[in-house]
Amino acid sequence: MESKDTPNFVQAGVKAIDCDIHNEVPTLQALFPYMSDFWVDYCSTSGFRGPDANDYPRQAPLTTHPDAPSPWDMDLEHVREHLLDAWNLEYGILNCAYRVQSIHQPDLAVAVAQAVNDWQIEHWLDPEPRLRGSLVIPSEFPDLAAKEIERVGDHPGFVQVVLPVRSRTPYGNRIYNPIHEAAVRKNLAIGINYGGAPGTQPSATGWPSTFIEEYSGMTQVFQAQVISLVAEGVFDQFPDLRVVLIESGFTWLPAVMWRIDKEWRGLRHNTPWVKRPPSEYMRKHIRFTLQPIDAPPTPKQLLQIIGQLESDEMLMFSTDYPHWQFNTPNDAFPTELPGALARKILHENARAFYQL
Amino acid sequence: MPKYVVATPDEIPPGESKIVEIGGRSIGVFNIDGEYFAIRNSCPHQGGPLCSGLVTGFLESPVPGEYNYTRQGEILRCPWHSWEFDIKTGQSWWSPAQRRVRKYEVQVESGENIEASNSGPEKGPYVADTFPVTVEQQYVVIEID
Repeated sequence: MESKDTPNFVQAGVKAIDCDIHNEVPTLQALFPYMSDFWVDYCSTSGFRGPDANDYPRQAPLTTHPDAPSPWDMDLEHVREHLLDAWNLEYGILNCAYRVQSIHQPDLAVAVAQAVNDWQIEHWLDPEPRLRGSLVIPSEFPDLAAKEIERVGDHPGFVQVVLPVRSRTPYGNRIYNPIHEAAVRKNLAIGINYGGAPGTQPSATGWPSTFIEEYSGMTQVFQAQVISLVAEGVFDQFPDLRVVLIESGFTWLPAVMWRIDKEWRGLRHNTPWVKRPPSEYMRKHIRFTLQPIDAPPTPKQLLQIIGQLESDEMLMFSTDYPHWQFNTPNDAFPTELPGALARKILHENARAFYQL
Repeated sequence: MPKYVVATPDEIPPGESKIVEIGGRSIGVFNIDGEYFAIRNSCPHQGGPLCSGLVTGFLESPVPGEYNYTRQGEILRCPWHSWEFDIKTGQSWWSPAQRRVRKYEVQVESGENIEASNSGPEKGPYVADTFPVTVEQQYVVIEID
């Protein structure tokens, strides 16, 4: 992405907010400066190589944009040069996909999560004021996860807690309340990102055979999380909770809204704490990053779907860089969207939701 | 408004109901703790036989995990889609602004006070001799438009 080759919105002077840039931990050893002697020794002598969820197989085309180094080699300088400066971004939101959820020893999971967050602060957030980060937490140990949010949640660089969309049980379940509560207390959004630890289902019905099934089919898991969060009353219990779905696509949402609103009328007594039609909670509390955009064939159809959301506030621009979601910079954002809507998606929605 | 005798009180004891046809309409008459209520036996959603649905209570929850279950016997769920209606007012309980089922006035009256409309033909020109009759029985009476 040469600086002369930029999306239309850059030439139009819009300072966009990119809501999904991946900053990945290069190796477990990079975390050693942030871990206690015991855990460094443990990692060095046990053969543990760090969590490896393999959400993005190293050789899969979409894992690495042709203009980028691999996600594990991409450093701050590259992000500055190719995104922040070249595209004149106002902010970039980092999402680290280090899956500490795959570590089943709770104390090691905490030690690694703490190290990742301290590494993010030193290597990404403190040096670059245009970047905001996402806390990595051992979310399958919710009490310990809440403690980590308490520990670093006040750092001004963090705006979000990141959870993998695949979980042992849906995030609306009350066992995760300590996480929701801590996020609200520290005024952080919860970002739910594609992927997850081994052992958590990548589809609504078991383990598929191939990456294409897993990557495209994970919309099912996102849908399950959205329905769970609303039905279990998480937004009734935590009215200030904000949730961002990252790499989920969004064109499936109208169908989910129509269906659950319809069922809620007859099943209200299942979830009496849900006091308004479920779609209202979704429009208020949930946002979606743009890429990978599951766009229909024509611009007219895309506008129809955005109309079916009955909200122009739910979409937030993202590149998903360095993952390969578009070829030329102009493909990063649908140029056919009307100006006012484009400005909301590129800038205003993220600024409001992340309170930037 | 015309009045229709639909039952004697012992036909609809507390907690029970009776579906009647009057004035071309199907109406459910419910006895809730000795008080009678009548609502149209047609769900405003898709016309389901509302009054043959499950009679239940009103469930509210201030927060997940807390259940306030009150007004047992006062909420009706349509057998077709389980939409909830308040038997006393006809009010629906998922989107109150939009849906309300027709409600009718019901009273228990002594036979001597009733000028019932469901007695068939209109009055003719002749009047036969009459004798005073004492009526001790009470009746459940509905008024409809």
